[in-house]
Amino acid sequence: MKYILLMVGAKAGVDTYRAWSEKDIQAHFAHLKGINKELKERGEFVANEGLAPPDQAKVVRAGTDGTPITDGVFPEAKEFLLGYWMIDVDHPQRAYEVAARLSAGPGPGGAPLGMPIEVRQIMSGRADELP
Amino acid sequence: MMDRGLDIRSEHLLRDLAPQVLGVVIRRFRDFAAAEDAVQEALIAAALQWPREGIPDNPRAWLIRVAFRRMTDHVRSELARRQRETAAVADMEQLAPPVDAVSESDQDDTLILLFMCCHPALTSPSAIALTLRAVGGLTTAEIANAFLVPEATMAQRISRAKSSIKASGVPFGLPTSEEREQRLRAVLHVLYLIYNEGYTSSIGPHLQRLELSREAIRLTRAVHVLLPDDAEVAGLLALMLLTDARSTARMGTDEELIPLPRQNRALWDQTKISEGIALLTAALAKGSIGAYQLQAAVAAVHDEAARAEETDWPQILALYELLKCMSDNPMVTLNHAIAVAMVHGPSNGLELLRALDSDTRLAGHHRLDAVRAHLLEMAGDHETASKHYRIAAGRTTSIPERNYLMRQAARLSKTDEMAP
Repeated sequence: MKYILLMVGAKAGVDTYRAWSEKDIQAHFAHLKGINKELKERGEFVANEGLAPPDQAKVVRAGTDGTPITDGVFPEAKEFLLGYWMIDVDHPQRAYEVAARLSAGPGPGGAPLGMPIEVRQIMSGRADELP
Repeated sequence: MMDRGLDIRSEHLLRDLAPQVLGVVIRRFRDFAAAEDAVQEALIAAALQWPREGIPDNPRAWLIRVAFRRMTDHVRSELARRQRETAAVADMEQLAPPVDAVSESDQDDTLILLFMCCHPALTSPSAIALTLRAVGGLTTAEIANAFLVPEATMAQRISRAKSSIKASGVPFGLPTSEEREQRLRAVLHVLYLIYNEGYTSSIGPHLQRLELSREAIRLTRAVHVLLPDDAEVAGLLALMLLTDARSTARMGTDEELIPLPRQNRALWDQTKISEGIALLTAALAKGSIGAYQLQAAVAAVHDEAARAEETDWPQILALYELLKCMSDNPMVTLNHAIAVAMVHGPSNGLELLRALDSDTRLAGHHRLDAVRAHLLEMAGDHETASKHYRIAAGRTTSIPERNYLMRQAARLSKTDEMAP
């Protein structure tokens, strides 16, 4: 079963991240890299992407004639999607386990960040037996 | 899965030869994991060369030769590695014997390989992937494509599965007679799962996925040829054929699911139905009734009805009662409730569903809500039925099923709106 693990960061968190020391940033990415390596070795990896910082994010709506109307950064938003992992695992518990590992990524001084990771199952095109 | 540039005849030939060649190579080199890689490379080489140079006179010997060459390369590099590590001198010939010393007994290799690939130490997804590659002769890319994961991920899954088998220390051979029955059930279960993977619709490269059910039928047929007296093997093959016979009718032009009662029965494949019924009749006559035979019997009853209204529901009910005695499977209980509703009326079916509410295996499962909605609709309570269709739609992770359930909910609400 496939899951997407969404790493969501608070606005404040995104701002303070920029003040992290070089060493803390390296430790954090080494942690994530280790998880990716494990996912690949176990044959569970489907995809992983990090998103560009929210500063450049735009909200787009279609105008009455269909043309895009873009809003700048959304200052009112409290949370941002920072990145995602798509994995293919044998059971939901394994998805939660990976999410917990992502959540435990080290922050400043090496303390686990405890970031919230949203775990969502991906729908499949497969139909089980018919009713 | 026909992306190898081969015509269908060569494709079938390659796939049929794959387990035979693998058996020979394993027997020679006694290394399942490496032999499996070598045969995979030989198959890929054949797919590249045969369209250009024509099929060799003896394709089996050709594949064995190429696989042996790959194995020899592998052994040589292993040897070099070991020599680097230990500086030991080993006898190359002992590790890589000459090609002409091959024993040609490949009678049961397909079966032995299936027993290995469906090893109890493996999870279902790993067993499925390994079976498709080692026995089905599919490439890693094709399997990855069918399951919508990157090729590297599928390669890693297969490689890990082989390591697990190696670690389990199971020798290449048939299981002992005590183990055999249980191990055969595991093989049949994996084949059943492969069939179900393919029995699909809608998003993704679904044509390829449909071929997974074809592949499952091909492999089950091979097992049936090897074990013609096993009634459950025949039962599973019959179940697949009798279900597959309806595959064209179960999907509409917009790839929407069409439930049994609304299918155009003229589209059902009568050849598959006849074959399935013949297999089933012969299996049932053997006297050892199993779950696959009973499920096949249910499928046969549906297939034999010229119109939905002519379905022999009392017989289906009797079959589900037998199935319920055999296994404690909540899905069987659900189907039993439908049969009860069809024979004794929806309120009796709904009564049975209430007993299932406390079953933790079904808690929150969309199927329970979908069946409840269906029976409520039969009972004329369209409002509640619509509500349960919506709940079911919110709980399924299958896109075609969600669409189907949403349409059912919408259909019933519309009727209510139009009512005076």
